[in-house]
Amino acid sequence: MVQDRVMEKLAILADAAKYDVSCSSGQSTRKNKNKGLGDTGSGICHAFTEDGRCVSLLKILLTNHCIFDCAYCVSRKSNDIKRAAFTVQEVVDLTIGFYRRNYIEGLFLSSGIFDNPDFTMERLVRIVKKLRLEENFNGYIHLKAIPGASQELLREAGLYADRLSVNVEMPTEQSLKLLAPDKNHADVIKPMEYLKNEIVGYQEEKKANYKTPLFAPAGQSTQMVIGATKENDMEILGMANYFYEQMKMRRVYYSGYVPISHDNRLPAIGTPVPMIRENRLYQADWLIRYYGFNVNEIVGFDQPNLDLDIDPKLGWALRNLHQFPVDINTADLELIQRIPGIGFLSAKKIVAARNFKRLQPDDLKKLGIAYSRSKYFLAFSSPFYMQKDLTSIQIKSQILNMQNSKYKNDFSNQLSLF
Amino acid sequence: MTQIIYDGSYEGWLSAVFESYEYKLKDVVFAKKENSNRLLFSNTHFVITDNNKANRVLNGLEQRLSKNGFSSIYLAFLSELDQIEEMLFRFVQYAFSSPINIEGDLSRSEVLNVKKAAHLTGKESHRMKAFVRFKLTKDDLYYAIVEPDCDVLPLIEQHFKNRYADQRWLIYDSKRRYGIYYDLEDVTTVEMQFESNPSSSFLAEINDENEEFFQNLWRNYFSSVNIESRKNTKLHIKHMPKRYWKNLTEKIPNLNKR
Repeated sequence: MVQDRVMEKLAILADAAKYDVSCSSGQSTRKNKNKGLGDTGSGICHAFTEDGRCVSLLKILLTNHCIFDCAYCVSRKSNDIKRAAFTVQEVVDLTIGFYRRNYIEGLFLSSGIFDNPDFTMERLVRIVKKLRLEENFNGYIHLKAIPGASQELLREAGLYADRLSVNVEMPTEQSLKLLAPDKNHADVIKPMEYLKNEIVGYQEEKKANYKTPLFAPAGQSTQMVIGATKENDMEILGMANYFYEQMKMRRVYYSGYVPISHDNRLPAIGTPVPMIRENRLYQADWLIRYYGFNVNEIVGFDQPNLDLDIDPKLGWALRNLHQFPVDINTADLELIQRIPGIGFLSAKKIVAARNFKRLQPDDLKKLGIAYSRSKYFLAFSSPFYMQKDLTSIQIKSQILNMQNSKYKNDFSNQLSLF
Repeated sequence: MTQIIYDGSYEGWLSAVFESYEYKLKDVVFAKKENSNRLLFSNTHFVITDNNKANRVLNGLEQRLSKNGFSSIYLAFLSELDQIEEMLFRFVQYAFSSPINIEGDLSRSEVLNVKKAAHLTGKESHRMKAFVRFKLTKDDLYYAIVEPDCDVLPLIEQHFKNRYADQRWLIYDSKRRYGIYYDLEDVTTVEMQFESNPSSSFLAEINDENEEFFQNLWRNYFSSVNIESRKNTKLHIKHMPKRYWKNLTEKIPNLNKR
């Protein structure tokens, strides 16, 4: 029966797509036009799977047939798994059917490479065109740019998709060579560069002429697999920084490697997913993008890896105690944001509230600030709270004692080695 | 102490605020008309909703607050938190008594409470934009049942109208027993009774023939994208609290699985 077959394909091709972690859908500007279906800009997570990750898009592969044999990938040629392929119409029907029921914000379509890159890319583009032109679908579409596909196809993809992404996969060229012998670093960087120039070009043109069509209005992103190879966090964040600065990426995703292979180049099956490390990398990424930190302040040659037991902002503060204490009643917003326990929303609240009175510890607690963390870094003019001169090791152990991390067991294992 | 009885609407409450100034009422508490928890030993003041009075209060507030601060009053009102009317009243009094905009004065509970309540409603309305699950009927109506913590339908109608411009839809709040209905032109508020536990044969009769298939596809998709080795139930429940599950297709097991 046709329905049963579609059901089975969906299971296979959603399962194969789930290791791509990108799920954002909020950064596009596409509006509903001519009373059609859908719009973008809300960035809604419609559901959350049992692993706690959000489901915003229908994330599927067009097919998991692949001519490549990348060791880290479930769909690699040599892997003995069930293969399937959707037809163009099936992807369109699933997307529209899910979208109309408010299950999703749109489609995230990727694919294994069958035949050759252009052949694959042409199919992906055909689906997006059909959604936009025949179904008048204005929801979010994230399309994978297949490395090695022609520039004409990439350009067409950009005219219909909201976001395009080429996954760099491995943080360094050596690792890519080791694990993905069919892939070439230049094949990944070249389309990124092309897309960057097109995106910037269309944006400029749009300023001059509002009728200029949208070109990937949600920009481009990429993903790195973490923990499959031996790169340190400095190399990973350095690469990310390169993408943000040179490629104007909107997002770099870090995907903790989920062991799926007995290949001895990779961590064995059963090795835990490096979830804490992944989390710390995202925290560092946020500090760089939103808190005005420079990547060199977070990692460096003397500190090539992020601390696992404390977050990178606290780590930075402990290494830079000479910058504290900060008086929240007078300091600049930028400096307040750097205090551990105070995020940028809290910092804004502080700056608003201090116009009315000098803020005291009780006021901070009321505002919902993590006072027990931040108190080591705050200066108050009134004498009732005297800051003792604690060393960074003392502060760290006091903070660790009071926090109850779900990862605590993992740390104690690591610490008992020494 | 004076208890002001109003009709439960936002305009009604604003009229009540107006009259508390007009009649110089002291120690004001509010009660909705349908509630019978009238206070003993207090003066009672009945308010008839008056749009002129409501607008005068709104205009005054608009002049004293930022756009955000102004709309947070309505959001906080829709939160339906216990004693929200009194909290809002104290906020409004503070706003009117001060020569400057007071919404940044967050160390005062009058201000902070309203900000928190508005935040709660905002979060709930975002949640409902996410958790509505439409089902398609044979006559091409997409309908969904929700039970939000706050009265958020007025806040989400524009979103659904913009997004689903080409399909008829109905979102029904089974807690507050009203819905919003879009007929391809406008959104209207409808009051109706909905069967809370419809039988599967009844659903089979009204639902489109492909409806069940799509629900099963969605359940299938939802379980296929989960990564078993990253299981994190705490986070899952934090983002999708259990009280919403009964209206979420993917959290309802398929009873008549083939």
